[in-house]
Amino acid sequence: MGRYVARRLLQMIPVFIGTTLLIFLMVNVLPGDPVAALWGDKPPDPAQVAQIKHDRGLDLPLWQQYLHYMWGLLQGDFGNTIAGNRPILDEITAALPVSARLAAMAWTFELVVGIALGVIAGIRRGRIIDNSVTLFTLLVISVPIFVFGLLFQLLFGNQLGWVTPTVQNSEDMAQLLMPALVLGLVGLAYVARLTRTSIAENIKADYMRTAVAKGLPRRRIVSRHLLRNSLIPVVTYLGTDIGTLMGGAVVTEGIFNVTGVGNLLFQALARREGAVIVGIVTVMVLVYLLASLLVDLLYAVLDPRIRYA
Amino acid sequence: MPDLTKTETADAPDQAAEVTAAEPRNGAGAVGKPRSLWGDAWRDLRRRPLFIIGSLLIVLMLVVAAWPGLFTSADPGSGDLANHFLQSPNLTHFFQPDWFGYDGQGRSIYARVVYGTRNSLLVGFGVTITITLFGGLMGMLAGYFGGFWDSLISRLTDVFFGIPFLLGAMVVLNSVDQITVPVVIGALAFLGWTQITRVMRGAVITNKHADYVTAARALGAGTKRILLKHILPNAMAPVIVIATIALGTYIVAESTLAYLGLGLNGISWGSDINDATQNIRNNPHVLFFPAGMLSLTVLAFIMLGDAVREALDPKLR
Amino acid sequence: MTSMEIKTGSAPSSRSGGDDSGALLDVRDLHVEFHTRDGVVKAVNGVNYNVSSGETLAVLGESGSGKSVTAQAIMGIVDMPPGKIPQGEILFRGQDMLKMSNEERRKIRGSKIAMIFQDALSSLNPVLSVGYQLGEMFRVHEGMSRKQAKAKAVELMERVKIPAAKDRVNDFPHQFSGGMRQRIMIAMALALEPDLIIADEPTTALDVTVQAQVMDLLAELQQEYNMGLILITHDLGVVADVADKIAVMYAGRIVETAPVHELYKRPAHPYTRGLLDSIPRLDQKGQELYAIKGLPPNLLHVPSGCPFNPRCPKAQDICRTEVPPLVPVTEQDGTDLPGRGSACHFWEETIHG
Repeated sequence: MGRYVARRLLQMIPVFIGTTLLIFLMVNVLPGDPVAALWGDKPPDPAQVAQIKHDRGLDLPLWQQYLHYMWGLLQGDFGNTIAGNRPILDEITAALPVSARLAAMAWTFELVVGIALGVIAGIRRGRIIDNSVTLFTLLVISVPIFVFGLLFQLLFGNQLGWVTPTVQNSEDMAQLLMPALVLGLVGLAYVARLTRTSIAENIKADYMRTAVAKGLPRRRIVSRHLLRNSLIPVVTYLGTDIGTLMGGAVVTEGIFNVTGVGNLLFQALARREGAVIVGIVTVMVLVYLLASLLVDLLYAVLDPRIRYA
Repeated sequence: MPDLTKTETADAPDQAAEVTAAEPRNGAGAVGKPRSLWGDAWRDLRRRPLFIIGSLLIVLMLVVAAWPGLFTSADPGSGDLANHFLQSPNLTHFFQPDWFGYDGQGRSIYARVVYGTRNSLLVGFGVTITITLFGGLMGMLAGYFGGFWDSLISRLTDVFFGIPFLLGAMVVLNSVDQITVPVVIGALAFLGWTQITRVMRGAVITNKHADYVTAARALGAGTKRILLKHILPNAMAPVIVIATIALGTYIVAESTLAYLGLGLNGISWGSDINDATQNIRNNPHVLFFPAGMLSLTVLAFIMLGDAVREALDPKLR
Repeated sequence: MTSMEIKTGSAPSSRSGGDDSGALLDVRDLHVEFHTRDGVVKAVNGVNYNVSSGETLAVLGESGSGKSVTAQAIMGIVDMPPGKIPQGEILFRGQDMLKMSNEERRKIRGSKIAMIFQDALSSLNPVLSVGYQLGEMFRVHEGMSRKQAKAKAVELMERVKIPAAKDRVNDFPHQFSGGMRQRIMIAMALALEPDLIIADEPTTALDVTVQAQVMDLLAELQQEYNMGLILITHDLGVVADVADKIAVMYAGRIVETAPVHELYKRPAHPYTRGLLDSIPRLDQKGQELYAIKGLPPNLLHVPSGCPFNPRCPKAQDICRTEVPPLVPVTEQDGTDLPGRGSACHFWEETIHG
């Protein structure tokens, strides 16, 4: 087990380097000049621009810039913003807890409601309840998340007045409820579908027949035999979805004015602050990689047939 | 992008397996046609309401995209602020310019919804065809040849999977001056091809070790023949399902980007929804119609993909 | 009705009580059908058989003959829908189980009637330890604690001769060999010392050498507990050693019943004769092996008349039009042959000719 984790961590290194390199390259082909942007509409002073670029190493070849960046990362230095010269890490750590909280709430919602709907539909396959759940998930998957966001905002915020249309205080969990609901809706539908399919497949398995033949009560057959086996693929999805939720928060945070990572990213894009974008994606890649490792480890707990070699 | 593939191998024999096993056999007189995977799937599909509704909708969308002029006489680009500013819809005025009302610039929402279809479908099909060809090829290489190629391609897909899809697309589109249809297709395909690669690789590996491939090899079939005649037709099933559903999700991606202000030049449902947010509070109709059309299009592809998946997966019958 | 009551329970078994009313299990005119999208599959068409305590009934037939579906109907594990039992009775100790409530039936399953399945690997839950799966029987039916149940599980595993049972009780099914897994299935069936065990091709998936060991174990335990045993198989070799009586099934019907050795000596149905003739024999070395021509019938379209008629070497016109009922078989002089029956219009020629 320990050796497996070590090996997986080692394997992550090239992926991590590759992903940061890719996003670094993508960001640095941005045509806009963040330094010149400091002057706003006024014509920038070329000498000063050159000086700032020199100080920050922005005049070096791209590969050298990347190496500098990675070297800084190893020491926990994400660089500074160009406008304001603030440490990027500080900006990210200020925004991250908000997004993390939002993602965690959305994730819990996905897990609880998604699995519940999937189990009900899977067990009653072909019945009305199954068809309703299927229809519901189809609709949820088809309606883009920003449409849901706008609709919910319009309905619960403006029309019914149950919540404020936008979040006033991003630290307040109660206010994050609506954005979290919107954020988790699509994942919920996928979890429900996956659970349903998995249940419907496993319900026909030989070991289920054995469980019935053993004279076990229905509750026990479902909870101990069917669920244990059916939830294995669902766990994989839920694990990788942590990363998706963090990334997908851009839209939701924008609609509800939550000051999280998505919000930060938006500002960075507008100001063409490439280093901030790379920093955010770097953090998200780390989250994604660790989540997938966690999923693989959890897999072994759930499925004894999987062995780590 | 959610990965919809499932690769676990729970075998689920029917209770009536013993009975059904005898079904295709012919006793006295009863003649049944031999069934193939695709033939069987087709028979099954024709009876599925999801499939019928989905494909009818898609055909309709394609016609609208190809000949938008057939459906409306209004010009989607020109607005009459003086007379039509945010005018409410007239739901009985079928196919008239004021059917869905007017937007904040006095333009016919119905006309814009009609003319927006083309770009959405172009992006959806463009991305899907590109990633199916390129990603599929990569997956086949990785799955069939294994070894070095597999390691290389698999690590590459890992790298791309690490980048949040929407963020990556935002970065790319933010850097270009002119967001045209090919640019959007390029950006989304660049970030999305790995999805198909993974599915194809998995399917090829599964089929590579199947007995019928071993048998074909024992009979002296060459690499090319085995790949094209034996493995590909069987590995295509999951790829087609994923591609169909992905098509819908790429349409969503395009409109989401447009909503975020990174829309393509020309009419896009996403951009119209972005415009709508300014007037949404008092005139929700500016949101409803483009959003409804967008959702309906996506729904059509997802229904189709779902129906095909269920038809191709004998475990779910 | 196409079949009549046959008193197979009065077979001259050394161990059985003899009397029909004492039968542990009595299946009467059982029909099972499956409603599929291609039509109604009539899997079981009026089956009658019974088993007494300590007696072994072998049910013989090809795949699709309905032998497994009958067993599943007895266990109450036929999927409904698509399955349906339009008529028949399954009497267990004189009570019709088809009329019982779900809860009553559940309490019988596992504790009074247990089943051993063919493929132990897929029939055992892959993600639960064997100790848990064995212990579950005691926890559910006898309300034992987790700890007691585990101790019982170890005991059971020793009982079916699994070496190092104590160390292996927490292992998972995939960590055992095929033979050991089948022993675990047997242990599970045996856990609560049921009155009747149904073994559905218990050795088919195993190596030949292991087959004999598992069969011997099963027979030994059956004698020890004086259980009734229904052995479902397509292997005539397995039957000869352990069964008291045989019911041969074809297309959802019983076509012949007989005490085991009588059947081998003098089959009274052309189908049984065909099966026996297709066993390779040492004294016929060098000759071509006999095979019944054709395939088992499609249960969606069972041939009219005797379902075996398209494959029967002796088929006459009457065989294509009239379904032969299961009639008692007698000696040429009319002496009763207890427990024998045949569903062939020409049973007399078959057995005596």
